[in-house]
Amino acid sequence: MSITPTPAIEVAGLRKRYGDQTVLDGLDLTVPAGTVTALLGSNGAGKTTTVSILATLLPADGGTARVLGHDVAREPQAVRRLIGVTGQLSAVDPLLTVTENLRLMADLFHLPRVEGRRRTADLVERFDLADAARRQAQQLSGGMRRKLDLAMTLVGGPQVVFLDEPTTGLDPRARHDLWDQVRALVADGASVLLTTQYLDEADQLADHVAVLHGGRLVAHDTPAGLKAAHDAGSLDDVFLALTALDQTGPGHDLKEVAR
Amino acid sequence: MIATAAPTPVRIPAAPSGLARAAGDLATMTRRSLLRMVRNPSMTVLLVSTPVVLLLLFVYVFGGAFGAGLGSGVTPGADGRAAYLDYITPAVLVMTAASIAQSTAIGVAMDMTGGIVTRLRTMPVASVAVLGGHVVGAVVQTLMAAAAVLGVAVLLGFRPGADAFGWLGLAGFFTLFALMLTWLSVAMGAAARSVESASNTPMILLLLPFFGSGFVPVDTMPTPARLFAEHQPFTPVIETVRDLLAGGPVAATTAATAVAWCVALTLLGWLWARAAYRRPRA
Repeated sequence: MSITPTPAIEVAGLRKRYGDQTVLDGLDLTVPAGTVTALLGSNGAGKTTTVSILATLLPADGGTARVLGHDVAREPQAVRRLIGVTGQLSAVDPLLTVTENLRLMADLFHLPRVEGRRRTADLVERFDLADAARRQAQQLSGGMRRKLDLAMTLVGGPQVVFLDEPTTGLDPRARHDLWDQVRALVADGASVLLTTQYLDEADQLADHVAVLHGGRLVAHDTPAGLKAAHDAGSLDDVFLALTALDQTGPGHDLKEVAR
Repeated sequence: MIATAAPTPVRIPAAPSGLARAAGDLATMTRRSLLRMVRNPSMTVLLVSTPVVLLLLFVYVFGGAFGAGLGSGVTPGADGRAAYLDYITPAVLVMTAASIAQSTAIGVAMDMTGGIVTRLRTMPVASVAVLGGHVVGAVVQTLMAAAAVLGVAVLLGFRPGADAFGWLGLAGFFTLFALMLTWLSVAMGAAARSVESASNTPMILLLLPFFGSGFVPVDTMPTPARLFAEHQPFTPVIETVRDLLAGGPVAATTAATAVAWCVALTLLGWLWARAAYRRPRA
C-alpha cells in the first residue's frame, strides 16, 4: 500500500454566518493533491465564502480548514506561501504594465532577481502576452487582463490554486485559452479549487464536482458519476435537480439559476 | 504533539525571515507607489496647483486688507500683501500636505476596494509593507509639492530667513508632520467603506488650518474659537514651520508640542490603519 499524499484541501464541519444568515452549515470537502475540484452552487450558496476562508481572507465561525495540512486559522502565513488566488475582482494594478505587474509579484515572493525575470518572461510567453508586455494593464482587453490576473497568481509557484469564477464575462476563445492554462497548471502538479457558474466549465476541467446547497455539499463525485447517478445528460440537469431540493434553505436564488 | 493518522503537512518554501522580508516588501511597495505617481503625473500637478491657487487668492485678493490687520504699521495695499504673504506661507505649506493627504486616502480606499489588496492579503506580505508603500510614496510626493509651493511663494516675494541649519530642521520637522498626516489619511482610506467616504473624512485635515493660527492671529478670535485654535495640533505645527522659515529663534515649548502631536498622531494613524487593513472582508 502506498502512503496517502496530503490532500490539497481538507475542510471539515466548516460554518460561517453573516448576521442571521447561515452561509456554510457544516461543510465537508476534500480536494486530493494534483486534481481539480469544481465547486458549484447557486448565487449566494457560499462558494466565494468557502474560497475566502481557505485563502485566509475570512475567519470561519466553526469547523476546520487545512491547505496541504496547514490550518488556515492557525498558520495563515504558511498557507499564504502555498496558495495562489484569482478572485472575482480584477487584481491587477491598472497603472502598471504587464511586466511590472508580474515583477511586483516576483519581488513580493522574494524570488532572486534572475529567477524573477525568468519566471516573468516565461509567464508572458505562456499566456501569450508578449505583444502587450509593455502596455499598462488598464489598456488591455478583459480577456487579456484576466490572463494577466492568472499569470500573477502563478508567479510564486503556488501548489494550491483557487479560481473564483475565473471566466465570467470572457468570450469563448478567451475561456478556452484559460482552460488550457488550468490544465497545464495541473499537469505541472498543482491542485485547483474552481468555482464556476458555467457547468460546461466544470465538465471540461474538473476531476471532481462538488455541489454546494443549503450550506453543505449535496453531491460530490466525478462529472461522469454525477450524470450517471442522476440519469442526466448534462451537468445542468444534475445541478437543477440537486439545487431544487429543500427550497427553504439558504440557497434561495434558484429562480435566477433556473432562468 | 499528539500522534494522528493525518498526513504530514507539506513543507513550506523557504523565505527570508521577519524583518528582512518586511523591509524588502516595503521597498517593493514603495517602488510601486512611486511608479504609479510617475504614470499619473496630472494628479501631482493638480495637488500642487490647488495650494498655489489658494496662495494667489489669499495674497492678491484678501492680502491687501488682511495684511493690514496683522499689526500696527502695516498699511493696506501692497504693504499688506507682502506682510500677508509672509504670514500665510507656512499655512499654505501645511495645506499642501493636507490636500495630498486627501488624495492619499482616496488612493488607499481605491486600492482596498479593488482586487489588488485582496490579492496581497492572500500572499505572505506584511500589512505594514502594503500600507507603508503608500505612506513613503505620499511623503515623497508631499515634500516635492511643498518645495514647489515654497518656490512659488519665493517668486511672489517671500524671503525665508533660514540658514542651512534652519532648512535642515525645517525639512526634518516637515517630514515628521507629513508622516503624521499620511498615516492618518492612510487609516481613513483603509477604514472607509467606500471611495466617496474616503474623500470626505480627510476634509477635516483641510479645514483645521483655518481654525488655527494659519491665516489670522489667534488673538483676534473670540474666546471659544481662540481656545480651540490654541490647543489643536495644527497651530503649534504652523508656528514651528513659521519660526523655522523665518530663521528666528524657535519657541521651544511650541516646537515640542508640535513634535509630540505629530508622534502621537502618527502612532494613532498607524494602529488605526493596521486594524482597518486586517479587518476581514469577504
